[in-house]
This record gives sequence, C-alpha cells and structure tokens, in this order.
Amino acid sequence: MSTLSSKVQEVFDEPACGKNQAKGEKERKKGCTKQLVPGAAAGGCAFDGAKIALQPITDVAHLVHGPIACEGNSWDNRGAKSSGSSLYRTGFTTDINELDVVYGGEKHLFKSVKEIFDKYDPAAVFVYQTCVTALIGDDIEAVCKAATQKFGKPVIPIDAPGFVGNKNLGNKLAGEALLDYVIGTEEPDTTTPYDINIIGEYNLAGELWQVKPLLDEMGVRILSCISGDAKYREVAYSHRAKAAMMVCSKAMINIARKMEERYEIPFFEGSFYGITDMSDSLRNIARLLVDKGAPADLLERTEAIIRREEAAFWVQMVPYKDRLKGVKVLLITGGVKSWSVVSALQEVGMEIVGTSVKKSTLEDKQKIKELMGEDAHMVDDMTPREMYKMLKDAEADIMLSGGRSQFIALKAKMPWLDINQERHHAYAGYDGMVTLVREIANALYNPIWEQVRKPAPWEMQGDKKLATENTEHTEVLLGGFRSVPSVASVV
Amino acid sequence: MAIVIHVKKSCAVNPLKMSAPIGAALAFTGLDNCMPTLHGSQGCTAFGLVLFVRHFKEAVPMQTTAMNEATTIMGGYDNVEQAILNIHKRAKPSIIAIASTGLTETKGDDVDGYLTLIRKKHPELDEVALVYVSTPDYVGAFQDGWAKAVAKIVKELAEPAPQIAGQINVLAGSHLTPGDLEEIRELVEAFGLKPIILPDLSGSMDGHIPDNFSPTTLGGTTLAEIRATGRSEFTLAIGEHMREAAQTLQNKCGVPFEVLESLTGLDTNDRLMTLLAAKSGRPAPNKYRRQRSQLMDAMLDAHFYFGGKKIAIGAEPDLLVAVGKLLVGIGAELTAVVTTTPSPVLAHLPAQEVLIGDLEDLEQRAQGCDLLVTHSHGRQMAERLKLPFLRMGIPMFDRLGAAHQVTVGYRGTRNLIFEIANMFMAAAHEPEPDDWRQPAAQGAECGSCAPAAAH
Repeated sequence: MSTLSSKVQEVFDEPACGKNQAKGEKERKKGCTKQLVPGAAAGGCAFDGAKIALQPITDVAHLVHGPIACEGNSWDNRGAKSSGSSLYRTGFTTDINELDVVYGGEKHLFKSVKEIFDKYDPAAVFVYQTCVTALIGDDIEAVCKAATQKFGKPVIPIDAPGFVGNKNLGNKLAGEALLDYVIGTEEPDTTTPYDINIIGEYNLAGELWQVKPLLDEMGVRILSCISGDAKYREVAYSHRAKAAMMVCSKAMINIARKMEERYEIPFFEGSFYGITDMSDSLRNIARLLVDKGAPADLLERTEAIIRREEAAFWVQMVPYKDRLKGVKVLLITGGVKSWSVVSALQEVGMEIVGTSVKKSTLEDKQKIKELMGEDAHMVDDMTPREMYKMLKDAEADIMLSGGRSQFIALKAKMPWLDINQERHHAYAGYDGMVTLVREIANALYNPIWEQVRKPAPWEMQGDKKLATENTEHTEVLLGGFRSVPSVASVV
Repeated sequence: MAIVIHVKKSCAVNPLKMSAPIGAALAFTGLDNCMPTLHGSQGCTAFGLVLFVRHFKEAVPMQTTAMNEATTIMGGYDNVEQAILNIHKRAKPSIIAIASTGLTETKGDDVDGYLTLIRKKHPELDEVALVYVSTPDYVGAFQDGWAKAVAKIVKELAEPAPQIAGQINVLAGSHLTPGDLEEIRELVEAFGLKPIILPDLSGSMDGHIPDNFSPTTLGGTTLAEIRATGRSEFTLAIGEHMREAAQTLQNKCGVPFEVLESLTGLDTNDRLMTLLAAKSGRPAPNKYRRQRSQLMDAMLDAHFYFGGKKIAIGAEPDLLVAVGKLLVGIGAELTAVVTTTPSPVLAHLPAQEVLIGDLEDLEQRAQGCDLLVTHSHGRQMAERLKLPFLRMGIPMFDRLGAAHQVTVGYRGTRNLIFEIANMFMAAAHEPEPDDWRQPAAQGAECGSCAPAAAH
C-alpha cells in the first residue's frame, strides 16, 4: 500500500493542474479528493475511474481482480467504440470467493491471467485492483511481474482500488500506470513530422471518428489516442509523437505533463466541442507541429479547412437559429465540458440560465464568467430537488446533463438531452455540433410536451382549480414556441 | 433431473451474475419512502445505481456510507451513524435499509451492533425503521441478496397480532417485474382478498410520474403494511428464494405459507387458482376461466414451433425455472443452461446439466441452438452466434419496457409463448431448391427449423 499512497500523493501534487496552482503547499498536500459525506454522496470510485480511462484500449483484456460486484454489476456499459477488436467489451473478473478472502487471491489471479492468454490471446492484460483484494493484501504488482515473465506479454497492474478516492483520482492513477508500464516500451514502424497524441479522448459514441477525417485532410496522423479506439501498441509507442492535445484536462493531465517532461512532447489543452473550440484545437495542433519542425504550409492548409467547415456549419444552422434563439438551457455537467458547451450553445443563440462547475477548475470558471458575464449562474453542487424546481418553474426550457439526472427533467415533464458518457449521439467537431443542435431542437419541439402536460380528464372534472393551474403552466412553457413552423420543415 | 456443475475455472468471463448487495438494495427499493443504502465504498452504490437506472429508466434512490481506506481499517461505525443521520435529515425516509458489501464484511464490521448503539444515542430516530442485512459481495448472487433482505425485513418489522380476515401476503421474488406484480395484485383482488405484496416494486419502479420530487422511493410496501404481514391469513411465496422469508414470517407470527416456484405456466397458475379459491371461499372468476382457455389454445397453436427447439438460457435460478419449465412444457429442449448461484430448484430442472457459471460457458454450449434467453449482456454472444435473442432478467438496458414485461398468470404465460413462437417463426429458414440435395454446411445449421418452415 505504501507505493499506492505515494502515487496518490504524487497525483495530488500535479503542478500543471489549474486548481493546484491556486493552492498553498499544505492544502495541495491534502489532495483534491473532497471528503465524502456518508449518506449524501454520489459518483463512482477510483476503480470506476481507472476502468473508464483505460477500457477504451480495445485489444487488451481488462481483468478485474475482486468480488463479482466490481465487474459483474458494470461490464460492457460504456459507450467507447472500436474500429477493430471487441475484446475490451468482454468482461473478465476473478470473481473471488470466501476462500480467496481468507487465503489470499494471488494464485487465483495468476491462473486467471493464464486462462485469458490461453483463450483470448490479447495484446496485454490489465489487472485492476479493487477494495477487497487490496484490503487482504493481494500484491497484484508482484503477480503481474511474474505473469509478464511467464507468458512473455505485458501484464499491467492498475492499482486504483475504489476506496482510495473518487473517479477522477482513478483516471489519474490509470494514467500513472500507463506512464510506469506502457508508454515508451515499443517503437512505431515509422514516424512523420505530423504525428500527434490525443490524450483524454475516449471515442464515446465514435466522436474521435468525427474529428479524424479533418485531421487526415490536414495531413496530421494520430499516432496514439489515449485511450479511445487505441491498440496497446499505439499507447506503448506514443512517446514518439511530436505534439499532443489534452482533451479532458482533469482526467489525464498527468500523462500530458509527464510526457512533455520525459519526451519533450509539447501539449495544449483543447476541446472538440463547439465551433470556436474545435477551430482553435485544429489551429493549435498545426501550430505545435510546425513549432516542432513540420513544414509551415500546414498552417495555411488548416486555416482553409477551418474556413470551409465553419462556413458550412453556419449554413446548416440557418433553419435552427430562429427556433433556438432565447431558449433557456440548464447545463449540468463536469469540468471542461461546461465552458466549451456554454460557448457552443451561445453561438447558436441559446441562453444558459445555469451551469454546474462542480468539477471545473478556477480557469474553467474564469472562462465561463467571460462567456456568461459576471453574474453567471454557476452552481457548485445543485441538489436534485433544486434542479427539479428550476425545471418545474420553467426557469429553464431544457436540461442537458448526464444520464443519472435525466429523470429529474423528465418527471418534471421537461425536455432533456444526454451529454455524458452513455450518450448515443456523437457531438464532436463541426458535424457533432450540428447533431447537438438538431437533437436539442428535436427534444424541444417534440409534440409530446403539450400532450403530457395536459391535465387528466378527472382533473378537469373533479378539481377545476387544479386544472386551470396546469393549463396556465403549459402555456407558459410552450409560449415561446407556438408560432414556429412544424418540426418536419426543419429536420 | 439435472446435474448441477460448478464450473472449474479461475477467470469468470462475461459475467451472468451480479452481486448480492445490489440484490438486497433492489428489494429495499420495493419499500415505500425508503432509502436503500450500501455500507461500502461509494463505487458499490454508484455501479448498482447506474445498473438500475439503465434497466428501469427511472431515478433510483440509493445511498452509501462512503467508506474509504482509513475508515475501513478503523471500522465503519462513524460512517454508518453519519449516513443514517444525514439521510434522516435530508430525505426523511420512514425506512433506512442498509446492506453490507465485500469491503466492510472483509473488515468485519458489526453493523447490527452499530445500529443498537445508534438507536440508544439518537432518540430522534425512534420513528425511523432501520433494517440491516449482511451481504458480502463474494458470497452468492443477486437473488441471494434479495432473499436475505426480504427475510430480514419480515424478521425485523413484521408484528404478530390478531389475524385480519381476507388478507394475504405475497412475498415476491427478484425475478418478478413491476408489471408481474400488478398482474398478481389483480389476480388476488379478483377473489376478494387483500394482498400485501412485499417487496412491491410495482409501487416504486413502475415508471409513473409523481406529483412532486421525492428523494426516497416513490412507493412500494408501506411500513404499516410490512408490520401487518404478521396479521395475514396466509403467505404466498413466489420463487423458491422467498421460502426463507416465508418461513421466518411463520416462525415469528404464525402465518402459514406455500411456495410456488413460479407463476409462469399452466400447472402453477392452476395451483394458484385453487389456493385463492380455497382461501377466499369463492370460485375462480369467469375472467380467469376464459384466460385459462386462451392459454391452452395458445399452447396448441404454438407447439408446432417449439417442438425439438434447442434453447440456450442463462438466468438466476428462479427465473430459469419459471421460463425453462415453460419452454420444456411446450416441447423445447434446454440444451445449454447456466445460472448464477446454487439453489434447490436446479436439481429438478428438466435439463441434462445446469452450470453455475458465466456467459462464456453459455456461449461455448449455445452453438447450434435456436434461441438465446438471458439478460441484455447476452447481446454480444447473440450477435456472434446469430441467435434469436429473448431478453429476460436484470439488467435489460438496451430495450424499453423492462418493468412491464409480464410473464405471470394465464395471460402473461400466453403472451410469453406468443412472443417466443414469433421469434422462432421470424428465424425460420425459407426452403430453397438445394435444401434437400446434400446436408451441406448451410442446411445443417438450420436443420431443426425445417419442419417449421414447411408448416
């Protein structure tokens, strides 16, 4: 455990983290994991975070060493897409029993690794530590070392048991494991001056593929994406990239920063969400590559693509602009996504009536203020009850959030759109923004809202007062949309 | 009839099984104004929560004692106490129901003892019912956690008191959907009896729209009803895993019981009708006589398509028995059978062998079968093996309406038979000129469908 706790400390100390920069020495040491309140906590554990971060590596067998809960309750439930192997969607677990708890589960783990190599021949096995096996003292690092020697293929310990902290810490510990055991262990067949890494992009709903065609057109090669649609080998030789883009700052900042230190790969923090951010990201990729010696015509080529794509985007926005103008959005999401989505929605004329900043850094918050003005309605931690009230009182027309809070909106009979990791639509790049706007319009203008807000017949007859109240409410909610043409003309 | 085999391998691949603590938590979700809580790390709750949200498409109240490394080693008393006080303050539930996890069981937290101390220290909690059940993750499966939770609920909360005439307990197994429970309620009420269903997911997880926001469960068995289970004339336990709870209730309050292993199929529904008629002193209503007749007709129409069909099925023991016996009863064969946990019902299953294993085991044996029956995690193997795929059980995250899949009663059985028969019909092979020339590779694959196609 001593190595794990020093790792956790190291991750807390992250110098490149915006939040950390603002903290004093002592505060920094205390770490960024907020003390959870028993009986009032929500969210995944460190193991969950580690799995989210690494599972998108497609040709690896992800083996969870622990009781059935950790894998059995959660496998194959994330939306990362693969262009090749589907091995990453196979659930592997040691499913330890009482005897393992008493006698230790190391042999059981070793045999499991053997079975996986025998049956599935993966590029590597990632072994995830969990609470119970950590508590009984199973040394997964030693087992992985022995297994690597025995089977001649990488067996990587991912030491992020759930009880060390939250999902974000797990993301970072997963990053540490890649830095310690994977990155720099293999060499690419060829390199080009146009090789980049994309760090912290998971290819949810295939979003990486929304962006890739533009990079291809620029002549930029994604040497390695960590970890969306990645193969083990690609991650292993990612140290040969010329530059890197870090997509989700809070999740994998340690990888970007350490790769810059170790391999002199400069990185920038960017986002594929929203037109301005997308264009800036393409520009930054080009700029960093040219700085590192790529021919300068890349910049020109990039600008041309940006001009073309932006113009095409705005043409596609024409039918939506009138319909979405002034629509009030409640945006409940984490971190970097807040400001990049805020700017994206504002670009098409929507009004953000509130946004959560629970996971945002100081810098993120500053950006939101710039975008939304000084009186930006930022909520640190909105309770479900507050969200429900805001929607019920029609202070917002639509809520965009993760799947867990969707029913708050739906039970208030208000439109909702999924913008988190289980979502089915891809929202990255210029095409993705069109999809997002189209989906918002589809949700807002769906004819069900009028129907479900209508009082029941017995409410009309039995309780006149209640019936009138409900009707008024309905009119308020639909007021803004009555005069617009039908959905069919837009979609 | 079946030999039960524990698969001997080290690595479970594509788990069929889910953990006992979340089985207990879902049972608690069937109690009204309750806050199900797991005593473990926050991830234990988060995984369960996400699973149920995706299955039911509903908000699910569920809390955690948020244990970390240090509190685990020091013992979880403070966390349990704080969790209860916080939940009481913020959500005001009538029941706080706690299940342990692998983490806190490995440490050995004495939660029963904690609760006694907390009760003494906090008289403000006198009105709140506290239930605790021990469910280490590394023992048993989802169904076992559910069974233990229901047994503990009646043990703690049922009160022996004078009998209420016409009141019947229905102890509902984890394999029953909210839709099933609505159907059962209707059945019992049709005989003029008053059912108390425990736990009652049809009150909380049936997907209704409440008038206001609630941080706790939206309905379910009320605390008063749970207490009154001790005053019922009779207990009907549905699913073998409800036997322990029924027995506990009999021991404590003297309520006699009968276990029906399922309510899917003709025989078992006949038994239900007999029981309800005897308890109520009324004959079976015409509605059900008609439905019985319709079921028989459905069996007659459907049996052409079922005869000799090979079924691959992966389910928890009591769901397995309910669906498996129905299929065999119309002429199909249980060719590949996998379940999650030992149960006395497995030995009686009409199959050669039953494996306690995972979906990898099922996939290896499902080659050449005509139908796959399991929960949504079977989707990958169904695609690989190109099998018609009937989703049953929890989780069902890639289809809507999981809560309203009704397979109990004459009517529910009839509909299930039609659904499966239609899948066979859709998958039937159209005859081609070369079908009878040589038993070529392609023809052999679909050999068993030929009679259906000819029909």
